[in-house]
Amino acid sequence: MVKSSAQHGSRLMAALRADRGGRLFLGTLVIVSAIVPLLNLLPSPASALHLSNYTVTLIGKYMTYAILAIAVDLIWGYCGILSLGHGAFFALGGYAMGMYLMRQIGTRGVYGNPILPDFMVFLNWKELPWFWEGFNAFPYAVLMIVLVPGVLALVFGFLAFRSRVSGVYLSIITQALTYALMLAFFRNDMGFGGNNGFTDFKDILGFSLQSSATRIALFLATALALGGCYVLCRFIIASRAGRVIQAIRDAENRARFIGYRVESYKLWLFVLSAVLSGIAGALYVPQVGIINPSEFSPTNSIEIVIWVAIGGRGTLYGAVVGAILVNYAKTYFTDALPSMWLYALGALFVIVTLFLPRGVVGAIRART
Amino acid sequence: MRSALDRLASRSRSAKPAPRAAVDSSHGVILYLEDITVSFDGFRALNALTLYVEVGELRCIIGPNGAGKTTMMDVITGKTRPETGSAWFGQTVDLLALSEPAIAQSGIGRKFQKPTVFENHSVFENLELAMAGPKTVWKWLAARTTAEQVDHIDQVLQTIGLTERRLDIAGALSHGQKQWLEIGMLLMQDPQLLLVDEPVAGMTPQEVERTAELLVSLAGKHSVIVVEHDMEFVRSIARTVTVLHEGSVLAQGSIDEVQADARVQQVYLGE
Repeated sequence: MVKSSAQHGSRLMAALRADRGGRLFLGTLVIVSAIVPLLNLLPSPASALHLSNYTVTLIGKYMTYAILAIAVDLIWGYCGILSLGHGAFFALGGYAMGMYLMRQIGTRGVYGNPILPDFMVFLNWKELPWFWEGFNAFPYAVLMIVLVPGVLALVFGFLAFRSRVSGVYLSIITQALTYALMLAFFRNDMGFGGNNGFTDFKDILGFSLQSSATRIALFLATALALGGCYVLCRFIIASRAGRVIQAIRDAENRARFIGYRVESYKLWLFVLSAVLSGIAGALYVPQVGIINPSEFSPTNSIEIVIWVAIGGRGTLYGAVVGAILVNYAKTYFTDALPSMWLYALGALFVIVTLFLPRGVVGAIRART
Repeated sequence: MRSALDRLASRSRSAKPAPRAAVDSSHGVILYLEDITVSFDGFRALNALTLYVEVGELRCIIGPNGAGKTTMMDVITGKTRPETGSAWFGQTVDLLALSEPAIAQSGIGRKFQKPTVFENHSVFENLELAMAGPKTVWKWLAARTTAEQVDHIDQVLQTIGLTERRLDIAGALSHGQKQWLEIGMLLMQDPQLLLVDEPVAGMTPQEVERTAELLVSLAGKHSVIVVEHDMEFVRSIARTVTVLHEGSVLAQGSIDEVQADARVQQVYLGE
């Protein structure tokens, strides 16, 4: 056991040695996670060096998007599975975290009900629905954050891959999946707060979500998750299983006829990707402070794919670059020229597809 | 509807590979195809096809377009399920009960008509991926290539004449070299039966010659079925030729016997 984990360690180091972009990314991540908390906590709020809580949260939010983008790159860039429904797994992880945060509000809600969240009191419900049981315990919520997206991906992927649904047909049914979930979550009687979703969270693990220290802790947890997610995905891609995954992308039938159970590989990778997306969603919700059914919107899922395409697919770190670049642009545009954002996104996608087919990092790599 | 049901049925084939030792060819026959019929929308691609292939044999299958050559390969490798008939690999492995990967793992290798290799992987990695073994995600996540396995890969590289290209990306190989690499990938699995679909299409004369040598050298250790249009090539390698026509065997024998057959001349050679 010790020997095998030492072996894994040395193989991981070898994989990272060969991955220049990845080292650059992980180095940057370490520096950012060191500097951001310092600049937030140490300088006085009046100082020019001070980073506001808003900025810390914004960077934290971008990092959750980066995890989501890596998860999509893992299946799309390396295995050719174009999911246009990954926003659904992100949102489910977010809802699971949201349910925990709602139960934490307790008597501090508008109606002061110790058990029922406000929206249930408002709907005149008398008791907690069965699927809300357990969410007052953090470990149970964490379990659900992993299990709910994972099991949905398992069932969906099992049916889709077993019937050999692939290419554009798979993309379309993933869109349908997230759209169906959106409609379901919009309904009040589903028990997830209808179109308002969950908000007005008070604290997490007993710490107030408004305090700087909690914000920084969430920020660091997200940075750790992002780094861990990257290293895990790099390890998988650099293993022999990772080479099989890419072989399936390039010549699925050849892989099948030399004895690989292509469906199992795809299913396994799809479930892993969904779990990572769920974790990203769970980290997103306490930082952003709200989750509602619009997270399931099909356009959200398409945007994720655009991040990956713009950053450069099949590199992992390209997905991170794309997610941050596009979302930074989005923050800027929706502030300065709100009506222009969708046009800008469309134009960006067209320009990248035409002139930078390997994305931003691909263009940089070609020059150096 | 019927074909949809058939497709569903073929999905439910066992994915468990037949144990290698179970391929029993003690009667001297490696492949038994009996009475196999396949139709697509009323068109009979195979019509009560019966064919036996002996251990260590190099068998050429010829026939005009639409004679059912590729469909026959699809049946053997589990891609298509016939309506009637039986297909046995040795005396104990029922091919109709196994999935494609399970058939591959039980010892049947198939080369596609269009050369299909993993273009973004190196030549070495292509062979490494094709290696026999428990090809599951969990085993392969931790798998390391042992010195013995590297030796095996180098041996196969020698056989297919690609030693010099060991670390090159497979996508950079010439058309002919890709065909050889694909044959090499089949050899990595230690198959008992090799199915080779049009190996010399698009090759230069020198490449054709080397391919002929390669296939002849493989026969004996393996049983080889070659589907080919190029009569010159078939003449240069074949001992036994089977002529397919409209989904069943029209004639079988040495190339001279077959070419002398009046029916064969009429449907195929007589143009």
